[in-house]
Amino acid sequence: MPEIIRVGMGEYAIARAPAQLSALGLGSCVCVCFYDASLKIGALVHVMLPDSKGNMDKTHLTKFANTAIPYVLNELELKGCARERLVIKISGGARMFQFTSSSSQISIGDRNVSAVEKALLAVGLVPAARETGGNYGRSVTLELETGELKLRTLHVELLKI
Amino acid sequence: MTLSPLQLDALTEIGNIGAGHAATVLSQMLNERINMSVPRTSMIPLSQVSEIVGGAEAFVVGVYIRVYGDAPGSILYIFPRHSAVQFVNILVGQHRGPANLLREFEQSALKEIGNILTGAFLHALASFTGLTMLPSVPAFAMDMAGAILNTVLLETETVANMAILIETEFTAKNQESRGQFFLLPDIGTLEVLLNAIGVDKGCRR
Repeated sequence: MPEIIRVGMGEYAIARAPAQLSALGLGSCVCVCFYDASLKIGALVHVMLPDSKGNMDKTHLTKFANTAIPYVLNELELKGCARERLVIKISGGARMFQFTSSSSQISIGDRNVSAVEKALLAVGLVPAARETGGNYGRSVTLELETGELKLRTLHVELLKI
Repeated sequence: MTLSPLQLDALTEIGNIGAGHAATVLSQMLNERINMSVPRTSMIPLSQVSEIVGGAEAFVVGVYIRVYGDAPGSILYIFPRHSAVQFVNILVGQHRGPANLLREFEQSALKEIGNILTGAFLHALASFTGLTMLPSVPAFAMDMAGAILNTVLLETETVANMAILIETEFTAKNQESRGQFFLLPDIGTLEVLLNAIGVDKGCRR
C-alpha cells in the first residue's frame, strides 16, 4: 500500500509518487491539487477561507486562498516543478446548510471557490478540472503515480477527475 | 490564546448548567430518561477537529443554530445516522424508506429537537450570566461529520488555529438514541463568557 498523507484543515503537503495525498470531509473548504506529471510530484492544500485580510495571525498562510496559492507554488518550484507543467484540480466549496432566511447570501463555499480561482489566475494558472459547489461533503485523494484525483461522497458514486 | 485550568473548568460549568436543563426538556419531550454526560471543554487544533466526531467521513445528521446577542456563537448537534432515525421514530412515527433519506417533516422533527434543546440551554445560560442570547432558526444537513463541522467552524469565521468546543453527549436509556452537541463561541465571545462569570483574569491572546 502506498503511503497516504492526510492534510487537515488549513494545512498543505507536498509529496512524490507513490504516495497519495488526501483530505477527508471537505465541507465549504476547498482543496487545491497541483501535479507535475514529469516529476510525479504533487501538492494538496486545504484552504479554509477566501482572504487573509483582517486576520491577525500571519503564521498559517495555507489557510487562506490568497496566500496559500503563491506559497504552495513557491514550495513546488523549489522542488524543481515547473509552473507551466502543473495541472491544477480543485474540489469542495459546498454549501452544507440551507438557512431559508439567508438563502440570498453568497455562501462561504462559493466565496472560497472564486477566491481560489482568482489567486490561481494571478499566478497564471487555470484549473484543468473542478468539482465544486453543491450541498454535499467530499473526501478527496490525489494519486501521485497517475495524477488522478479521486472524490468520494456519501450521496454520489466515486468520481475521478 | 491560552486558557487556564480554572477557565476551562468555568466553561465546562457553563456547558453543565445548560445541558442539565436541556436534558430535562428532552426527556419530557420523548417521555424517556435521557442521560447527559458532564460536558467536556477542549481546545483542539483545527486540523484534528473532524476526528472527535467519530471520524471525518462518519455519516451523521447535523443541526446547526447560530446564537446572536451579547455572546455570539454557534451550536451544533450531531446525531449518528441510526440515532437520528430513532429520534424520528419516537417523535413522528416509524421511518420508512432508506436510512440515508429523511423526508421533509422528519428533518423538521430533528430541527425541532435542536430548537428545544437550544432554547433550554440558552435560557439556563442567560439567567446564570445575565447575558442576552438569541437563537436563529435551525439548519439541517445529513452528510460527512467532517464536512459539517468544518463548515460550521468557517461560518463562525474562525481564524484562530484552535477551536474551542464545549461538548456534551446525551444518551437515551435504550442506548440507541444519542447525540453530541457543541457550543462554539465566536471570537471575542469567550472573553464575554469568562467575564460574565468572573474568571476573565489571565485570559491572554
